[in-house]
Amino acid sequence: MSSPSLALRLVRVVLGLSLLLVVAIAIAVSFGAAEVGFWQRLLGGAWSETQRAILLALRLPRVLTAAALGGLLGVAGVAFQALLRNPLADPYVLGVSGGASLGGVLALLAGVAGLGVPVAAFAGALASLIAIERIATTGGRLTVFTLLLTGAIFNSFSAALIYFLQSVASREELSAIVFYLMGRVPSAGLTTLVALWAAGVAITLALFASARDFNALTAGEEGAQQLGVDVERLKRRTFVIGSLATALAVATGGLIGFVGLVVPHLLRRLLGPDHRILLPAAFLGGACFLVLADLAARTLAAPTELPVGVVTALLGGPFFLLLLRRRALAAGGELSATGSEANGHGPQR
Amino acid sequence: MAPSAEGAPSRPLLETRGLAVAYGERAVLSGVDFTLQPGSVVGLLGPNGAGKSTLVRAISGVLPGYTGSISVLGENLRALPRKELARRIAVVPQEPRFDFPFSALEVAVMGRHPHLHGLAFESAEDVAIARRALERCGALHLAARPIDQLSSGERQRIVFARALAQQAPVLLLDEPASFLDLRFQVELFDRVRELADEGTGVVAVLHDLNLAAEYCDRIVLLRAGRVVAVGTTAEVLTYQNLTSVYETEIYVDLNDITGSLVVTPLSSRARRRLRELLPADDSPPTP
Repeated sequence: MSSPSLALRLVRVVLGLSLLLVVAIAIAVSFGAAEVGFWQRLLGGAWSETQRAILLALRLPRVLTAAALGGLLGVAGVAFQALLRNPLADPYVLGVSGGASLGGVLALLAGVAGLGVPVAAFAGALASLIAIERIATTGGRLTVFTLLLTGAIFNSFSAALIYFLQSVASREELSAIVFYLMGRVPSAGLTTLVALWAAGVAITLALFASARDFNALTAGEEGAQQLGVDVERLKRRTFVIGSLATALAVATGGLIGFVGLVVPHLLRRLLGPDHRILLPAAFLGGACFLVLADLAARTLAAPTELPVGVVTALLGGPFFLLLLRRRALAAGGELSATGSEANGHGPQR
Repeated sequence: MAPSAEGAPSRPLLETRGLAVAYGERAVLSGVDFTLQPGSVVGLLGPNGAGKSTLVRAISGVLPGYTGSISVLGENLRALPRKELARRIAVVPQEPRFDFPFSALEVAVMGRHPHLHGLAFESAEDVAIARRALERCGALHLAARPIDQLSSGERQRIVFARALAQQAPVLLLDEPASFLDLRFQVELFDRVRELADEGTGVVAVLHDLNLAAEYCDRIVLLRAGRVVAVGTTAEVLTYQNLTSVYETEIYVDLNDITGSLVVTPLSSRARRRLRELLPADDSPPTP
C-alpha cells in the first residue's frame, strides 16, 4: 500500500491550493490600471496615501470578492455534477440562475441602486429555487430528470422575460442590464465580503459533509441506496445548497460562465473523482481561477475593463473543448483496446 | 411467527409474506412467500418478466411501494434505517454503473460506506477489507485501474468485491454472471459457495439453469410474478416444471461422472431427433 491516506492527501491538496490562492491574490492585487507599488512596499519601500487607498479600499476587496465568487461557483459545479451524475453539468443548469438574473434586471429597471440589485437577484433565485423544487417533486420524490427539465425551462423562460424587459427598456437601462448580465466582479464592501466568504466556507463544509454519499451516488440512485445512502434526502439537500451557492454568486457577480464547469473538470482529472478531495479543491481552485480571470479582465484592455464573464468564456471555452477532445481520444483508444482483449480472451496467465 | 431466540440457527435471514409489487396498474409480484436461511444459496429462476429482479430490488429496500411483509434478520424492512439495511444486505446489481472514473480499489472501498459514520474517512482496516475482497475476486491486480477502463467482466468482479467488503450476512446477486466468461462464472460461483459455507445467505437471479443446478441449494421458480415451485434443485428443476414455466421444452438429465443436473433446452431439431428415439411417450424421463 503505497498511496498516502485520504486525510493526508486532503491536507496536502488544501494546503497546496491555499498557497496557490494566496499567490494568485498577491499577483492580482499588485497589477491594475493604476500602479500601487505593491512589490515596492513588500520590499520595504514607501507607499503613498493614494496607492494605499487604491490597494486596500478598491483592489483588495475586489480580488477577495472574485475569490469568493469563484469558490462558490466551483463547489456549486461539483455539487450539481454529483447530483446529476454528469460531469458536464454546471451551476446554471438547474434554473436558479434564471430567477436570479430576472430579479436583478427587475431591480435595475425599478431604479434600485447599490445593494438592492444583488438582494433582489438573490430573492429571485430563492423564489425560483422553491418553485423548481416544488415542481420537480412527485410523490414526495425529487426526480433528477424532471429537475433538469424544469431548470432548463425556468432558464429559457427567464431569458425570454429578460429579452422582453430589454425590448421595452430605455437605452441607459438596456446598457445597464446587458452589463449586469455579462458577469463582472464588484468591489464589495466589508460586510458583503465577510458574508460571501462565510457563506462560501459554510456551503463548502455543508457539501463536504455529503462527500462520501456523493461518491456512492456514482453507482446510481438505487446503487447508492443499496450502499446505505438516503438518496432522497441527499438530492434535496444538494439541490438546495448548490442552488444557494449559485444564487449568491449570480446575485453578486451576474452570469460568470465556465468557472463551475472547467474548474471541477480539471481538478477531477488532476486529483481523481473522490468528492472529499474534490469539493474543498473546487472552492480553492475556483477562487484562483476567477481571481486570475478578473485580473485579466481588468488589465488586458486597460484602462477599459472587460466583463469577466467574457474572459472566463474566452479562456474556458477552448480549454474545455481541449479537455473533451483529449477525453474522447482516450475513450476511443480504450474502446479498441477492450475490443482486442475481448477477441483474445483465452486463458490468462 | 414469533422470532426465535438471538442467534438460533432456525431464524431466517430473509422472510417475505404475501409480498406484492405493482408498477402502476401492472402487478409484477403477487403473494410471494420466500425464506432465506443462513448458509444457503437460493436461485431465483423464471422467464423474462417473471419478477426476479423486482423481488431482489424489493428485498434490497429500493421499492418502497410494496404490500405484504419483508423481514430482514427478524426485523421489518420498513423499520430499518438505510445504513443498517446496507450492513445486513449487499447487492450485486445486474448492470453496475459508474459515472465517474473511480479506481477499482475506491469502488471496493465504497462497500465500507454503511459501516462508516458521519464524516469519517475509511480506516486502514477498511482499506484492508476492501483489498482482501478484491483479492478474493481475483481482481487485486486491477486495484489502481480506473473502473471505466475495465472490461464489463472485470467491472462485475469489482462490484462483487464491493459487495463482499460490505460484510453483510445477506448477499443478493442479480444475474451476476451475465458479463462473465465461463472461467470467471465458475470462479465467481465458487466464491459464492464459499461464502454460503461460511454462513452467508445468498439469493441469486440466474438465467443459466445449469449454473443454478450446480450451485444452488434451493430454487424459487417464478412465473408472471408468482411462485410456481420452491424446493431443492432436484425437486424444482424437472422437465415438467421447466417446460411449463419457460414455455419451451427443457430436458433434465444427470451427468454420469459429476452427478450434477444437466439442463438442456431442446431445439426443434433436437426435438425431432428425440421423437424418433422415443416414439410413443411424449415426456422424456426425469431423474
